Amino acid sequence: MEPTARETDGRSSAAAGGEPGDAPPAAIRLEDVRRGFRSAGRTVQALAGITANALRGQVTGLVGPDGAGKTTLMRLIAGLLRPDSGRIEALGFDVARDPLDVQARLGYMPQRFGLYEDLTVRENLDLYADLQGVMPERRAPRYADLMHMTGLGPFTARMAGRLSGGMKQKLGLACTLLNPPQLLLLDEPTVGVDPVSRRELWQIIEHLMRETDTAVLFSTAYLDEAERCDQVWLLHEGQLLGSGAPSDFSAEMAGRSFYAVATGGRRALQARLAQTAGVIDAVIQGGHVRVVMAAGAPPEAKMLPDFPDLVLTPTAPRFEDSFVARLGGGRHEAVAAGSRAHSEAGAPALASGDRAAAAGPVITVRQVTRRFGDFTAVDNVSFEVRRGEIFGLLGANGAGKTTTFRMLCGLLPPTQGALEVAGFDLRTAAAIARRRIGYMSQRFSLYGDLTVRQNLNFFSSVYRLTGAHQRARLAWAGEEFALGPMLEAKAGELPLGFKQRLALACALMHDPAILFLDEPTSGVDPLARREFWRRINALAGRGVTVLVTTHFLEEAEYCDRLLIMAQGRVLNEGTPDAIKAAARRPDRPDPTMEEAFIAAIEAAAVPEAA
Amino acid sequence: MSRQILALLVKELLAVLADARSRWLLIGPPLIQLVVFGYAASFDLSHVPIAIYDQDGGEASRDLIARFAGSPTFAVEAVLRSSRRIDELIDSRRVEAVVVLDQGFSRDLHTGKPAPVQVIVDGRNSNTGLLIEGYAGTILTDFGLAWAADHGGAPPAAVLDMRALYNQTLDSHWFIIPGIVALLTQVITLLVVGLSVARERELGTFDQLLVTPLRPIDILLGKGLPGLVIGLVEASVIIAVTVLWFHVPLRGSLAALYFGLLLFVLAVTGIGLAISALSATQQQALLGAFLFMVPSIILSGFATPIANMPPWVQDLTLLNPMRYFLVIVRAVFLQGADLSSLGSQLWPMAAMGLTTLAMAGWLFRRRMT
Repeated sequence: MEPTARETDGRSSAAAGGEPGDAPPAAIRLEDVRRGFRSAGRTVQALAGITANALRGQVTGLVGPDGAGKTTLMRLIAGLLRPDSGRIEALGFDVARDPLDVQARLGYMPQRFGLYEDLTVRENLDLYADLQGVMPERRAPRYADLMHMTGLGPFTARMAGRLSGGMKQKLGLACTLLNPPQLLLLDEPTVGVDPVSRRELWQIIEHLMRETDTAVLFSTAYLDEAERCDQVWLLHEGQLLGSGAPSDFSAEMAGRSFYAVATGGRRALQARLAQTAGVIDAVIQGGHVRVVMAAGAPPEAKMLPDFPDLVLTPTAPRFEDSFVARLGGGRHEAVAAGSRAHSEAGAPALASGDRAAAAGPVITVRQVTRRFGDFTAVDNVSFEVRRGEIFGLLGANGAGKTTTFRMLCGLLPPTQGALEVAGFDLRTAAAIARRRIGYMSQRFSLYGDLTVRQNLNFFSSVYRLTGAHQRARLAWAGEEFALGPMLEAKAGELPLGFKQRLALACALMHDPAILFLDEPTSGVDPLARREFWRRINALAGRGVTVLVTTHFLEEAEYCDRLLIMAQGRVLNEGTPDAIKAAARRPDRPDPTMEEAFIAAIEAAAVPEAA
Repeated sequence: MSRQILALLVKELLAVLADARSRWLLIGPPLIQLVVFGYAASFDLSHVPIAIYDQDGGEASRDLIARFAGSPTFAVEAVLRSSRRIDELIDSRRVEAVVVLDQGFSRDLHTGKPAPVQVIVDGRNSNTGLLIEGYAGTILTDFGLAWAADHGGAPPAAVLDMRALYNQTLDSHWFIIPGIVALLTQVITLLVVGLSVARERELGTFDQLLVTPLRPIDILLGKGLPGLVIGLVEASVIIAVTVLWFHVPLRGSLAALYFGLLLFVLAVTGIGLAISALSATQQQALLGAFLFMVPSIILSGFATPIANMPPWVQDLTLLNPMRYFLVIVRAVFLQGADLSSLGSQLWPMAAMGLTTLAMAGWLFRRRMT
């Protein structure tokens, strides 16, 4: 360590030492860091020249959608990869030259932390304490601290494999913190974790920040988490789009965000606003449309002649607005093209939407219970979804969403109760009902070794499309989703956005009456998410019923109606606005969907604890 | 319905063949194994190193030694002058056997007394030891007959005159290489079928398949058929190499061979599907496949005769499809058997195929719910 300090240049050793009176010393310094990967004969530039600093005693958020380069950057800082060029300093060490010195001082929690599922919580802690060389006499107090901090104390004898997703992440974090690190790298610890556990993970980190001056680098694809960080690095496709305090990001958007309401339906209004000059973003949020204007383009109430009663109410900017604004320049053309493709489909939307309200239910769930042994996964659940409705099924991990979903697909018979989908009783005609259902999951379940054309062919054949009809649908998918030029490319080598389009195309080949979406857009960049939901809105407008299961609450806002489940039971049902209104309190006049969700879950948990 | 299964079959074949690595795995290792096993696996002995300790030194003893040295089975590595080095040569594995001729060997022969010849054999490999004993016995019998003819002694009371049917020279390659057809077909089919569902589970595409209108039985067929097709094609290639490269005669009816092959692959496919239904990951599937494969090869009669096994193990082999197919392969190749003579081997495989497929179907449905 001694020679290292002498070898590094004056500036960095000063930074490492932290001279009195200075600003907090830098924990990470990146200078023009570049790294590419070769994949299928092409070089993919994962990081294209990143220059940034992270300070001690702060949480630095590494924010960006999937495929932005977040994991690559983490692995570079941890010394697990070498940069192609540029310089990385962590805790005053040159990572490329002294990776072991850095690794001895940092804690790194990769996306899938290596918990041993067949060991207990305590045994996992012991194992990692051994691996990290924690002295036996120091373990007992450290375990006590960590168990208190993570709330895992009552579960030390439980097998790690039997913990919930959120508890596993907390245990992973505890294992990473056994030897208090000076630099903590957390790679998407909140991905796939329900909002309640997500909030608890953040509480652990806040607790840690109060007690130590550890530098934390926290990567996430959930843009709302950026606002919890001290500093943010906004990463997109290997480029640093911006860095600074989250308030700096939203400050530049001040006065540009509004809620829009008008008669004629929020979907039609959203579709219209998205194509209006000066509007850089228009998304459905509850009963209104959230609009972000371009800089220097103040909105006028009269800007839409076809919506004469348009009312615009200013609202506070959020982090996502500035991300969309930053992306807006480059990607606006593609988005506009996407919406043009939908203009015909969008035109009759209103009319069929009205019809939809009058039509009978397409999905009926009546007093359904499903037990596994003596465990009740779904407990007397009833709901109905009408034609053309976008219906959200929300719940924490283990709330019974997946079981309900599997019953709706006819994969699992209910223990009691009745399920009807598209008029078919799932007990007797599951395979026939499935012909009317399209399914797309977050993981874009495509066959990566097959080409785009082979994937489309396969799924259309499985859904009994033949001959001219099949060819017509293939042509439709190529055009509608702009997949034409990529038909012969292997699905596994497509960029993320195209994978998502292909997955949706595969789910729609047989023109289903009902579309099931399982966390379709978590981790997708905001523009791709908007493009996706524009298509879904158009489908709903044409009378397709959409059922979304998610715990990514941004998606819940796009739904017409929501059902919140916990411990197998229905907690709350209603429009997003009604659910938010139910959580309104004097100290929380305008709750977010996340606050409303957590409030509903906590309200249900209290009587049980009492 | 059949079109959907066809789509699944085509997709499976594309998925296996589109990936350069899995394509190579299907073609490369089996052919290499066939060639290596074909040359390496043999029960025949040749050029076994031996040493001679001739205490007699007479004409008769030199004649006998010449018969050992001239035999293609043996190679004389050392001629000893004393008994001291016998142990050392065998311990160090420089020779497998030592032929010891007593001082009175020639004298005993001339006086018409039985002349003892001692053969000291390395017993660490009991199989080789037995074979050496047999070959040495043959040389001594020939020597005795020739001696009696030349010097007019009493000929032996009874003489062994053996003739082998089907494999006239008792070339063990003719026994082993057709067995490899069964062995490799089982390995390939089991791996292709066993891993296919687990791979989809790992990728997350299995859920996507489940929500399509495909019924469990369709998925089962769509997953089993590719294994059947690949197993049959692979077996055909191996049969061709056996006939064209190793010149093992294929004397019986090809129809009988393929009918047996079809039933065999069907039974193995059922087992592969059952393993597939039970495993959540490819690693578990691989482990399951090997857990079945190793005992099934040992209990098949591929290398060691079933008749040599204890009765309860013999009963166990009745549950092993490879046991029946090995009989069919060898019967068709060497004996020239046709369909009508193989009924007793065919129906157990058909029964096993139906049972394992039904079991796989049941496991499939149970795992899905």
